Amino acid sequence: MGSGGMDLNDITVSSTARPIVGYIKVSREGEPYLCGTRCEGCAEIFLGPRRACGRCGGQDFTETRLAPRGRLYNYTIVHRSFPGVPTPFVSAIVELDGGGVIKGTLDGVPALLDAVQFDMPVRVVFKEIAAAGAGEEPFLGFSFRPL
Amino acid sequence: MTDVFVVGTDMIRFGRFPTRTVPDLGAEAALLALADAGLSIKSVQAVYCGSFGEAGSMIGQRVLREIGQIAVPVVNCSNACATGATAFREAWMAIKAGAYDIVLALGVEQMGKGMLVSPGAGPIPTEGLLGSDTLPSLFAHVGMEHSRKYGTTFEQFAKVSVKNHHHSTMNPKAMYQIETPLEDVMGAEMISYPNTKLMCSVNVDGSAAAVLCSEKKARELGLMSRAVRVRASALSSDPYGSRNAAMPDFNAVTRIAADGAYDGAGLGPEAIDLVELHDCFATAEIVHYENLRLCGDGEGGRMIDEGTTSLGGRIPVNVSGGLLSKGHPLGATGIANICEIATHLRGEAGRRQVEGARIGMTHVAGHVVDMGSACAVHILEKV
Repeated sequence: MGSGGMDLNDITVSSTARPIVGYIKVSREGEPYLCGTRCEGCAEIFLGPRRACGRCGGQDFTETRLAPRGRLYNYTIVHRSFPGVPTPFVSAIVELDGGGVIKGTLDGVPALLDAVQFDMPVRVVFKEIAAAGAGEEPFLGFSFRPL
Repeated sequence: MTDVFVVGTDMIRFGRFPTRTVPDLGAEAALLALADAGLSIKSVQAVYCGSFGEAGSMIGQRVLREIGQIAVPVVNCSNACATGATAFREAWMAIKAGAYDIVLALGVEQMGKGMLVSPGAGPIPTEGLLGSDTLPSLFAHVGMEHSRKYGTTFEQFAKVSVKNHHHSTMNPKAMYQIETPLEDVMGAEMISYPNTKLMCSVNVDGSAAAVLCSEKKARELGLMSRAVRVRASALSSDPYGSRNAAMPDFNAVTRIAADGAYDGAGLGPEAIDLVELHDCFATAEIVHYENLRLCGDGEGGRMIDEGTTSLGGRIPVNVSGGLLSKGHPLGATGIANICEIATHLRGEAGRRQVEGARIGMTHVAGHVVDMGSACAVHILEKV
């Protein structure tokens, strides 16, 4: 049971699709990606833009694209959430290859303990989420799927 | 700098009081604590009032309107679950600095039912779309990390609820005072694995207060017979961690405060006779055994298995029933813990008394999703 929305594997998106978080970006060619920032002082990777490094205080950064794959560091099966949020779903914390740690929903597996293991390899899949209002631009999010 | 003593402390029984006002809840605890000290509000020289929800709304002043508008400095504070302990610490620090002799620290919260909902930051709510940010899920992730590292089981986490609910049957101020056998805890509705409904603290209304006093004044007023010394106070905010954006690190923020408190007190964990720690969820208690240095890393599961942290064990934890049974009114918890420890140090804890308690520790650790964490640790000593 997935978190809703249309998977965007190898599909370009409308440049007006609205990212649901600031570190999802769309390239000029219409390709969605996760945006990271690398501190040139200590090589730490952050999600989205920064003024100064939270680790070393440095202010010299390079924008980078985060890898669309990684390994499952931590998960929980969520059975009760805020009103209106469909459950169960797998809340997943993934360490992306090359740096960056993000939380997302793991789709493509049943939301059962047997179906999920620490360190399982996953890929990042972008998805368009229809907005509630008619004529509104869709939202752009992502989920994880087993590699 | 002077030693600082708690010369009066009390709390109301936590519960649901939707028809009462927040100032009225706070006023009741304030008056109880003052009565416990044998002091009038007119002796108080400053007030530190902690309330996560009402700190921006002059809650301290509104309480004083109920009990005595003494025109003293009032500071209203908020620091997530460490709110009450932060108010207590500020009161302590003001006396230590020599600014006042007698200060009232008060914590109060009115919570409503259901899950706490954090303000969202993006264009649409991301719960379910980007994993889960509910507090039970955050602490489920904390427990799962411990499982990953050390193989801690669902059953071991569930035993925390069995223990704390059992303790609560001896605490008339706990909201719930019900035994919950292990099969009931594990069989309760699963909220976010491994936390079932009986492994989550309840949002309740409550208030607690403490009257702090300089040594000189305490002696002058003849208040030393029931005074409790504040041996150390420590407060930390979340340090940098590579996984912070995805997963708040309650371990790191707690270790900083715990180590700071031991350092300030000039003693180690072996000297602690009892602990009231932040069991917002059963998974939290296990990791905090290690974070507070009550055992080594990875030994948290063994501690609960062997009954080490039950009343009668080597280091009783949460004999009040903890947040899991007593309830967790955010602003009040940090001072309710102080009240519990002081009660034991004074030998007044009745059926749940930890025999011979001389030194106790309180711990609160809070977080607001995508915002930050705060952890406060205090060490109190019998005079």
